[in-house]
Amino acid sequence: MSGRRPGFAGNGQPDGDRRRRRGGRGLMVPEAEFRSYYGRPVIKEPAWTIEVPWYFFVGGMAGASAPLAVAARMAGNERLARSAVTVAAAGVAVGTPLLVSDLGRPERFHHMLRLFKPTSPMSMGSWVLAGLGPSAVNAAVSEWFGIFPRLGRIAEVVSGLLGPALATYTAVLVANTAVPVWHEAGRELPLVFAGSAMASAGAATTLLTPAADAGPARRLAVTGAVVELAAGQVMERRLGELAEPYHQGVAGRYARLAKGCTAAGAAAIGLAGRRRRPLAVAGAGLLLAGSALERLAVYKAGFQSARDPKYVVKPQRARLEAANR
Amino acid sequence: MTLTDLPTPTFGGGYDGQARPRMGFFTDTSICIGCKACEVACKEWNLVPEDGPLRISGNSYDNTLALGANTWRHVAFIEQAKPVQVPEVDLAAAAAAAAGAGTTAPQAREGLRWLMSSDVCKHCTSAACLEVCPTGALFRTEFGTVVVQQDICNGCGYCVPACPFGVIERREEDGRVFKCTLCYDRLKDGMEPACAHACPTKSIQFGPLEELRERADAKLEKLHEAGFDDARLYLRDEANGIGGAGAFFLLLDEPEVYGFPPDPVSTTRDLPRLWKAAAVAAGVVVTAVAAAVAGGRR
Repeated sequence: MSGRRPGFAGNGQPDGDRRRRRGGRGLMVPEAEFRSYYGRPVIKEPAWTIEVPWYFFVGGMAGASAPLAVAARMAGNERLARSAVTVAAAGVAVGTPLLVSDLGRPERFHHMLRLFKPTSPMSMGSWVLAGLGPSAVNAAVSEWFGIFPRLGRIAEVVSGLLGPALATYTAVLVANTAVPVWHEAGRELPLVFAGSAMASAGAATTLLTPAADAGPARRLAVTGAVVELAAGQVMERRLGELAEPYHQGVAGRYARLAKGCTAAGAAAIGLAGRRRRPLAVAGAGLLLAGSALERLAVYKAGFQSARDPKYVVKPQRARLEAANR
Repeated sequence: MTLTDLPTPTFGGGYDGQARPRMGFFTDTSICIGCKACEVACKEWNLVPEDGPLRISGNSYDNTLALGANTWRHVAFIEQAKPVQVPEVDLAAAAAAAAGAGTTAPQAREGLRWLMSSDVCKHCTSAACLEVCPTGALFRTEFGTVVVQQDICNGCGYCVPACPFGVIERREEDGRVFKCTLCYDRLKDGMEPACAHACPTKSIQFGPLEELRERADAKLEKLHEAGFDDARLYLRDEANGIGGAGAFFLLLDEPEVYGFPPDPVSTTRDLPRLWKAAAVAAGVVVTAVAAAVAGGRR
């Protein structure tokens, strides 16, 4: 690129110019070069609003609580089963309106069930939610009011079977986009979300269950936290340069907070949750916060990576060059 | 349909022999003069609303900036410090004339080249927007184009981040998504799309895709013979990540210079892998729950 004039920077010239102009200094060494159209985004940021990551959080919590209810019932731990069906019902009861309100045309929410479409994770998720939502609420109503006990048990099993799908499909939903930091993390994101879901479900049921019956909830919370943190670590390492949004801006702040809360919460519940109720409660609170923050971090990182053309252009350029070599 | 075999709805498959040849655009940017007649014609014909208050971007003559819900054709302007390949112009004489007129003469050595290109929805073969659409609002027409059915769209917004070109967008005051329809209404009446009709240089060419590809190949050969080594066809071939496009381009520089992704991939190509990863993660949830409960009540 000899003969390059700074006055025409940004017009398909290597992006170093754009950076320099922004920084207001002429001496900064540009990063690895890539070209773009005035530094403008190549892909669109999602149209989704903040309801979406909160749905991921409460939906994940419900998804992991539902099978916990079934397992606890089978093991004869009725007290824990009651807590778990309650959390599952509360999660879908809160999550479904969040999803509907995020639509541009909420009154057309039922169009989600026009098709059964495996190429659309949102379609599949809608069906999972359409099955799990009513059954989880049925199971909880039956549990609390003692009505239709047999129907309640059937509903509980149905929601338990669908729960793991609800806890993980949201990762496929975001990974199945052109957003680099989501798409390229497709292998790890389901595990991150599964861990986050288990941590929040374990934490919420720990809060609602007397310590003497809450052993499984605490163990699930700690396991979830470990899976969430480990999978997140692997995800960031695999993403390499693309993991940058997880260390910058709002996403970076959320990600750091999420890791801190999750690690501290898991330690509190795991080490002292059995004997010291206040520590169990504090740990559960931290885990819930960590799980929610993790979803927010992933969500915001996606927006940040969509906004900057370098995350789109550089990996594609590298792929082309690798193919030509 | 199995999860590992997720085809795009087949071309003409749903039209019982009524399917028409696949129609598309060949945008030859080497003869685009940046008049924006395509932008205007598109807006007029399709009754696309105003896209916000007028403002000057400072990015050459491009104040439209990007495709979106209210911009279905977008003309890009790129100024490059690169000599223009016009051998018959005597730069020295031009410089003298400019100096006499009191203006700054362009330096022959530094030259300024202007690239202009009219961007549009690519109507991909593997159209991610269509594949991720949960309501079926996005569909494949009998012309092989991709169109939103506005009476079905519920504004879930999934197609927006799915598009590898950043074409489709939600119109916030409306709630639904909008994009180029390749003038589906005009096509049905045997007319060409408004943008192609308005283009004064035939930079935007409309026709059966097969025919356009032949035309593009011939043009590219001519340009190479004339010494335009930078000329290239973008999205012409089917052996790319979107399985070929209904709208393809002749460019004079790398795609990213025009704001195009250099190697776009339809995200659903990786979906089987993603579903498998989710199945594994769901298995982890089941195992972890079982193990937690098996560990005893306390």
